[in-house]
Amino acid sequence: MIGIYLIIAFIISGILFFNRSTRLNNILLIVYLLVQCFFTLYEYNHLNVIELQYFKPDALGILLLMTLTIVGAAALFHSHLYIKDHQEKPRSRGIYFSAMVMLITAMGAAYLSNHIAVTWIFVEITTLSASALIYHHRNERSLEGTWKYVFICAISVTLIFIGILFLSMAMRQAGSTDLTFDNLLVKASVLNVFWLRLAFLFIFTGFTAKLGLVPMYTAGIDAKDKAPAPAGALFATVLMNMGFVGIFRIYVVISHTTIFAWTNSVIMIAAFLTVFVATVYMVKVKNIKRMLAYSGIEHMGLVMLGLAAGGIGYYAAILHIILHAFVKSSLFFQFSQVYKVFQSKSIYDEGNYFKYNLTGAMVVLIGFICATAMPPSGLFVSEFMIFSAMFKAHQIVVLVLIMILLTMIIWAFGKNIFKLLFTPVEDFDDTHVPKINPLHSLSQFGLIGLSIYLGLNPPIQFVNLIQEAIKNLPH
Amino acid sequence: MINVLLIVLLISLLYLSIANRLLTYIKILAFQGVILFGVALIELSEINTVNLVLILLETIIVKAILVPLFIKYIIKRNNMTREMEPFIPNFVSLIIVTTIIVITILLSNSITDTHLEKISFIVALSTLFTGLFIIGTRKKIITHVMGYMVIENGVFILSLAVGNEMPLLVNLGIMLDIFASVLILGVFVNKIGDVLKDVDVDQLRNLKD
Repeated sequence: MIGIYLIIAFIISGILFFNRSTRLNNILLIVYLLVQCFFTLYEYNHLNVIELQYFKPDALGILLLMTLTIVGAAALFHSHLYIKDHQEKPRSRGIYFSAMVMLITAMGAAYLSNHIAVTWIFVEITTLSASALIYHHRNERSLEGTWKYVFICAISVTLIFIGILFLSMAMRQAGSTDLTFDNLLVKASVLNVFWLRLAFLFIFTGFTAKLGLVPMYTAGIDAKDKAPAPAGALFATVLMNMGFVGIFRIYVVISHTTIFAWTNSVIMIAAFLTVFVATVYMVKVKNIKRMLAYSGIEHMGLVMLGLAAGGIGYYAAILHIILHAFVKSSLFFQFSQVYKVFQSKSIYDEGNYFKYNLTGAMVVLIGFICATAMPPSGLFVSEFMIFSAMFKAHQIVVLVLIMILLTMIIWAFGKNIFKLLFTPVEDFDDTHVPKINPLHSLSQFGLIGLSIYLGLNPPIQFVNLIQEAIKNLPH
Repeated sequence: MINVLLIVLLISLLYLSIANRLLTYIKILAFQGVILFGVALIELSEINTVNLVLILLETIIVKAILVPLFIKYIIKRNNMTREMEPFIPNFVSLIIVTTIIVITILLSNSITDTHLEKISFIVALSTLFTGLFIIGTRKKIITHVMGYMVIENGVFILSLAVGNEMPLLVNLGIMLDIFASVLILGVFVNKIGDVLKDVDVDQLRNLKD
C-alpha cells in the first residue's frame, strides 16, 4: 500500500507542478486528500505489518501520520485561500502545491520508515520541498531564508549521514549489516558503545535542525517566518514531529544499552538550552510569526525534557507533540487573517483585533491560552505530566529554572497577544480593512477543540497507541 | 598506496587553510576528487562491478570535474573578486587546521576497535572539521559552499570504511553528494547571483530578531 501511495502522491505532485488549470488543480488536491485519508486508515488497520521491507506502521508512526493528515488537510485548505487572495499566477501556484504535496508525502513516509537510511532519504526530500515553499514570494528576504535553510539542512543531513556511518560501525561489532530499527533493537545490547555514542551525537545534532532544538534551530525560525503562513504551519508542527521521530527511534535503541544515562543528560542539556534560548528571543521578538516559531522551539524543549526525565514523561512527550501540532498550526493559520487585516507582521502595527475580526480574535485568544498550557488546554495535561516526571526523576533544580523561564515566556507571549487583541494602534487607517469570512476560522476552532478533547478526555484507542509507542522504553 | 593517497589529501587540507584565492580552492577541490577516485578504486575491492563503476564515475565526474567547473562559472558570472576574505589571518588558520589534525590523531589513538582503519578515520574526521572551520571563518558565501564540498569529501572517505560490507551506505553518500550539490549550487546560480550582486554573508543579515 505504501508503495502505491508514494507513486500516486508523486504523480499528483508532478502533475500539479506542470498544470495551469485552476479546476484541475483543485480536483487533484481533493484526490490527494482522499488518498491521504484512505492511506492513514489503511495503515491504522495494518499496525506493525512490514511493507516493502523498509516501512512499518508502528504506533508512533500511526499517531503522527494521523496528526499529519488532519493538519495537512487544514493546511491545504488554507493554502487554497492564501493563493486565491494573493491572485497568484498559475505557475507559482503549481510550484507551491506541488511542493506542499511532496512535503506532506515525504513526512508521512519518514514517520513510517523502519530503516534509518530510508528515514534519512525522506528527510532530504522534505528539505527540497520545504525550500521551494520558503522561496514562494521570490524576494530578497525569502531568498535569504531559503539559502540559510538549505545550507543548514544540508549540513544537518550530512551530520545524520555520518551518524548512520558510525551506527554501521557499531553494528559491525555485532556482526550484522541490517540497519532497520527492529534489528537495531534486537542487537542493542551487543552494539559497540563507543561508536554508538558518536552515532547518537551526530544523529541528534542533525535532527535538531528539523526538530528545532539547540544547536541547529536557527534555520527553522527563518523558514517559518518567510514561508507563507499555511506552509509555516506545517514547518512549525508536523515537520518538527519528523525530527522527533528520528531522534526517538534511536533513543529507544539506546535505552537498552549502558550509555542510556549519558544520552539522557545530553538531551537534558540541549533541551534546557533550547527553552533558555526560546525565552531570550520571546522576550525580545517583535514579529508575531517569529514569536510563534520560538514558542514552538520552547515546546520541543519541554518534550525533550519529558523524554529525558523518563517514567510518565515518555507518555507526556508523545502526547505533547501531537497536541502542540494542533494548537500551533491553528495559530499559524490564523496569522494569515491577521496579516490580511494589518498588512504587517510587526506587533507595533497591530492592535484591537477584536474590532476587525471577532471570530479570528477568539481563535487567537483561545489559541494563546492553549499554547501557554493554561487549563483547559490539552497541553496543560501533558506539561503537568512532564513536570511531575521531572519531580520523580529528582531534577528539581532544572525544573525550577524551567518554571522561571516558562513564566517569562508566558509574560512575553501574553504581552504581545493582548496588545494584538485589545490595544488600538494610533493612526491606523481602518477604511481598507477587508471583511473576513468567519467560516475561514472554523478549521482553527476544530483543531484547538481536538487538542483540548484529546488532552482532557483521550479515547482509549489513542491512549493504547501511545502506550504501545513507548512500550520498548524502560519503565 | 592507499595511505599515501590519504596523506596527500591531508596535506591538501593544510594548503587549503592558507590558500588565498578562490581559484586555488577550486583546484584543490578538483584535486581531492581525483584522490578520492584513487582511494575508492583501491579500497572497494569486494563490491560488484556496476556499483564500483558508478562510484568511480561519481568521484571523477562530479567531484573532480563538474562541481569545480560549475563553481568557476558562478564566480565568473557574478564577477566576484578573487580573494577569500577570511575573518582571521592565514597563519592562524594553518595553526587551527594543524590542531584539528593533531586532535583527531589523539582521538583515534584512544579507540580500541580492531576493525578501525586508523589513517582513513583520521583523514575523514580532519577533512570534516576543516570543512566546518572554513565555513565558519570565510566571508564569501561561495566559500561556504566549497567548505561544504570539503565536508562531503570527508564523509565519502568515512563511508568507504564500511563500503565493502554495506555498499548501500556508499551509494547513499553519493546520493547525498549529488543531491546537496545540485540543491545548493542550484539555489546559488539561479537566485543569489541575480538578487544579490556581490555576494558575501554581510548581505544575509536581514532576518534576525
